[in-house]
Amino acid sequence: MAKILAVDDSASMRSMVAFTLRGAGHDVEEAENGQLAVEAAKGRKFDLVLADVNMPVMDGIAMVRELRGLAEYKGVPILMLTTESHPERKQEGKAAGATGWLVKPFDPDQLLATVGRVLG
Amino acid sequence: MAKVDLAQFHRAFFDESNEGLAAMEAALLALDAGSDDGELIHTIFRAAHSIKGGAATFGFADVAAFTHVAESLLEEVRSGRRAIDAAAVELLLRSVDVVRVMLERSAAGIAAADAESEALRSALAAMVGGAVVATVGPASAAVAGVAGWDVTFRPFDYLLKTGNEPLRMFRELTALGRLETLANLDALPSLVAMDAESAYTSWQLTLHGDIPRAKVDAVFDWVDGDCELAVTERKSASPAVSSTTPAAATPNGPRAVREVAANPDAQSIRVGTEKIDLLINMVGELVITQSMLSQFADGVDAAGLEQFRAGLAMLARNTRELQESVMGIRMLPISHVFNRFPRLVRDLSQKLDKKVSLDLRGETTELDKSVLEKIGDPLVHLVRNAIDHGFESTARRREAGKNETGTLRLEAFHRGGSIVVEVADDGAGLNREAIIGKAIERGLLSSGDGLSDDDVAELIFAPGFSTAAATTDLSGRGVGMDVVRRNVNDLGGSVAIRSVTGKGTTFTITLPLTLAIIDGLTASVAGETYIVPLVSIIESVQIQADGVKSVAGGGELFRFRDAWLPIVRIADAFGCAGSRRGIGEGIVIVVEGEGARLGLFVDELIGQQQAVVKSLEANYRRVSGISGATILADGAVALIVDIAGLVRQQSRRKAA
Repeated sequence: MAKILAVDDSASMRSMVAFTLRGAGHDVEEAENGQLAVEAAKGRKFDLVLADVNMPVMDGIAMVRELRGLAEYKGVPILMLTTESHPERKQEGKAAGATGWLVKPFDPDQLLATVGRVLG
Repeated sequence: MAKVDLAQFHRAFFDESNEGLAAMEAALLALDAGSDDGELIHTIFRAAHSIKGGAATFGFADVAAFTHVAESLLEEVRSGRRAIDAAAVELLLRSVDVVRVMLERSAAGIAAADAESEALRSALAAMVGGAVVATVGPASAAVAGVAGWDVTFRPFDYLLKTGNEPLRMFRELTALGRLETLANLDALPSLVAMDAESAYTSWQLTLHGDIPRAKVDAVFDWVDGDCELAVTERKSASPAVSSTTPAAATPNGPRAVREVAANPDAQSIRVGTEKIDLLINMVGELVITQSMLSQFADGVDAAGLEQFRAGLAMLARNTRELQESVMGIRMLPISHVFNRFPRLVRDLSQKLDKKVSLDLRGETTELDKSVLEKIGDPLVHLVRNAIDHGFESTARRREAGKNETGTLRLEAFHRGGSIVVEVADDGAGLNREAIIGKAIERGLLSSGDGLSDDDVAELIFAPGFSTAAATTDLSGRGVGMDVVRRNVNDLGGSVAIRSVTGKGTTFTITLPLTLAIIDGLTASVAGETYIVPLVSIIESVQIQADGVKSVAGGGELFRFRDAWLPIVRIADAFGCAGSRRGIGEGIVIVVEGEGARLGLFVDELIGQQQAVVKSLEANYRRVSGISGATILADGAVALIVDIAGLVRQQSRRKAA
């Protein structure tokens, strides 16, 4: 069981991710944008952060940059939820320090497979 | 594993998509109005992007395909490759409408795309520059059997900090075939100089087996650019006959997805209305209990009375607070209704070639959900009317020395225990002559002599009245102001009109805060108790028999300020048994409804109280002149007088 932070401004997407991961036995916390995610992550230790790219207030890329600036999140896997139509966003995410990405649309099985890949 | 049923997230998806569309529409309208706020385009893009992502995830392919093209256009704007012009705004606004309909159809389980959506999709695609291109799948040519792959992998020193882990990647490779690893530690510094978070090791890997190149690449996909990587094919000793079938995803065995209802959004919970209605009912009972106790306290004269009273005061406060917070659950900001007007005003004024700026105020004012749902149509009607008939043409405004751009103000605010919504235009005001002319033509009047401006204004609420010289396709839809007034009356509210020639017209809608509880004045009539809604009451007066004028047909009138008002004796209207009081022995409550006033004659006033409205229809049957019932502190039932209903009865009697 891993502690996972799911970040997405879309409530339906966030609850789908959280529901699927909880179903697989993980402990999931949700955040509605990058800013709230950084606040939730500070002083705690999540094993994995899953974040949407396009969000109001603070987007996923800025969030990765912030998290990588925190000592406790130096090597923690952070996956971006991207869309196939913007390959350049993957590179932006990577440049900010993201571990990898999961391309939308994905189904619960793909989500679990990718999460399994980083949690080892 | 047990399939996660995605259908459970559909409701949330539709709700947030509609919110997204509203935000998109508002931002587009702001752009249309000339705003250069850079955040607007991000808002629009984000909405389209989220809808597309959600639609694709939850299986609404038509919606996803449509929003994909809109998103592409927005992406060009966002990245600065295209300036947003009026044509693009127009297309995107139409897209908002189309997506709204597509979502409705998706929710109903029918095909979302139709000729209209496809035509618009093509128009969007043409604007983006090119036909709608189907996404080309990676045409990975089947590699004729390979013996395996040699991989040179030299991570850059920061690779571990990105959360990637070579060990995990090797494990993935192992899942594909037999893996040999050879670590090169040449670059490893002394322990003292070593940074534990940096990568120093490089590897020479050999993966054996007939494995598609794409599978190997996928393992290194995330670290592309964060390492030196070379993947070369090992020459095959014996070419395989066919390409490999990718190993079927190994079933992990049934992994039950526990039905742990996730609370997706702590800030805004969506609650079923029936549950809330139940709660409201319970609180109603509590209110009754509390007032019963209060009555009891008045009669007791024991030593512990002081304490008992204090407890009661507490109960009263708790009850009130509970009631307020429970009622609050049903309250929603009127912005839910106001949101549709920027678009409506833009489209209508464009169509009529008038310049109108919309001034929305008090959007955070909260209204009961059921009131909110029903106030939309009357407001739309008033707004259409204002733009169609209220505002003069641009030329005429210029002649009159007015600003070419008219201002339409929509404002909501609290006044006493009511919510007031005003729709005000700064147009020409009501045309007295035209209204009187039309009323005479319709047989509503024989002459306009002696009519005050208010009387004339009232005429537009008469059934079937329409002042437009020609029926336009905007407001002349056969629905008149009489329907607006009736709809508002059904909500327990009232509509008033104020017009100043040359300055404009203001419609004022007064609505109750809630339909579940009313503030009322209790009055006794022949031993029975009636409740008169406080909002309708002007004042209560005592009159003498010689101040009453009898008219033909048995009616009575009394002088109130400078008008003669009809008297409705409650005892007669509802057939109360018991002795009749003379007019001088009772009280007349002057009330107003549907723009008319009358006096209700009762025996005496008892006091003011909040009444939890119980439906008479649901428990008995509909009674003309009665809007509901409530239970009094002593358990007796009191009837709530329907003022608008009595006014209608009265005017029918007058007409007869």
